[in-house]
Amino acid sequence: MEVDQLQRSFLEYSRLLFHEGFLDGQFSQLQLLQDESNPDFVFEVVSLFFEDSERLLNDLTIALDQQNVDFKKIDAHVHQLKGSSSSIGAQRVKNVCIAFRNFCDEQNVEGCLRCLQQVKQEYLLVKTKLEAQLRLEQQIVAAGGAIPMLNEFC
Amino acid sequence: MAKNGVFSRLRRLEKSEETEDFSACLDSNEVHVLAVDDSLVDRKVIERLLKITACKVTAVDSGRSALQFLGLDEEKTSVGFDGLKVDLIITDYCMPGMTGYELLKKIKGSSTFREIPVVIMSSENVLARIDRCLEEGAEDFIVKPVKLSDVKRLKNYMFGEGRVQRQDRGLNKRKLQETCDVSASPSPPSSPSPDDALSSPSPPSGSSPYSPRSFFSSPSDNPSLLNLHFD
Repeated sequence: MEVDQLQRSFLEYSRLLFHEGFLDGQFSQLQLLQDESNPDFVFEVVSLFFEDSERLLNDLTIALDQQNVDFKKIDAHVHQLKGSSSSIGAQRVKNVCIAFRNFCDEQNVEGCLRCLQQVKQEYLLVKTKLEAQLRLEQQIVAAGGAIPMLNEFC
Repeated sequence: MAKNGVFSRLRRLEKSEETEDFSACLDSNEVHVLAVDDSLVDRKVIERLLKITACKVTAVDSGRSALQFLGLDEEKTSVGFDGLKVDLIITDYCMPGMTGYELLKKIKGSSTFREIPVVIMSSENVLARIDRCLEEGAEDFIVKPVKLSDVKRLKNYMFGEGRVQRQDRGLNKRKLQETCDVSASPSPPSSPSPDDALSSPSPPSGSSPYSPRSFFSSPSDNPSLLNLHFD
């Protein structure tokens, strides 16, 4: 496939991710930090986010399954997830975390369970999309092209 | 690796951020930052943000580790790796065990380390929290997520003997230029005694006078503080 075409697909896809709110400006900030000396920076950070999130989601599932729900613990986990999703620009995940914390404050188990479901969904969505975006990037690089950047979301 | 891709990103970075040539700034006198954050993701990001602004970075995951590194914990007289002088401490506020606030208090309570500027990071933009940290002697408060512009602003706080301060155009100035002694002799080689290696003999302005104006300057200078998130 032509490099031009690949780059256009990549830009279109990236634009979509931003427009649909999956990613926000913080993701662009991370892209700015990638260079010759750190060509895989975004991939590395995103990978850490995936590992971290999966662990937290697992812990949350267990915590909400208890007879006596420990809301403090749940809040701590959600706070962490909110932090890391915010740091990589995973906006929709972050937003669900905000709602999640409110339910924790209210000690509302039903609300928390709904949020857990939602945050898992959003996490899977953004993971899938980031992986797809990465594959496009790899194709561009393999074809000898430059990875274009969306300046408007910096 | 596609060199083109890398260069085009770099050029965009230079254009959009009006980057100064930080790499030329300090080689042997490189600024050393101690970053403290319990989040692995955030540690990776802050480390990269600092390195890209030509700082040496030591990243630890807790207040306790930070104190151990400085040699403040359990009376260990460690001066850290290679006896590196710490020029700035940047710490997360919310951490299990010791919070960033508690770490700040310990540092400001130490005669050896109180002159090291401490910057707090937090995802919660709570004025009471910000005030409390500033009152305790924090140099600045950054609302997460941390951006490149936030870190570039920090360069202004990093002073010490022998450091050449460059005029950073377009960045928030804290009026440290006139207090920095550019002609001072370089730091002495690291010695086992923390006092010699880590204290700066004549800190330019004692504990830097905190200028409230730095928080209310134009949005372009301090976007993080003016982005109020009502979580």
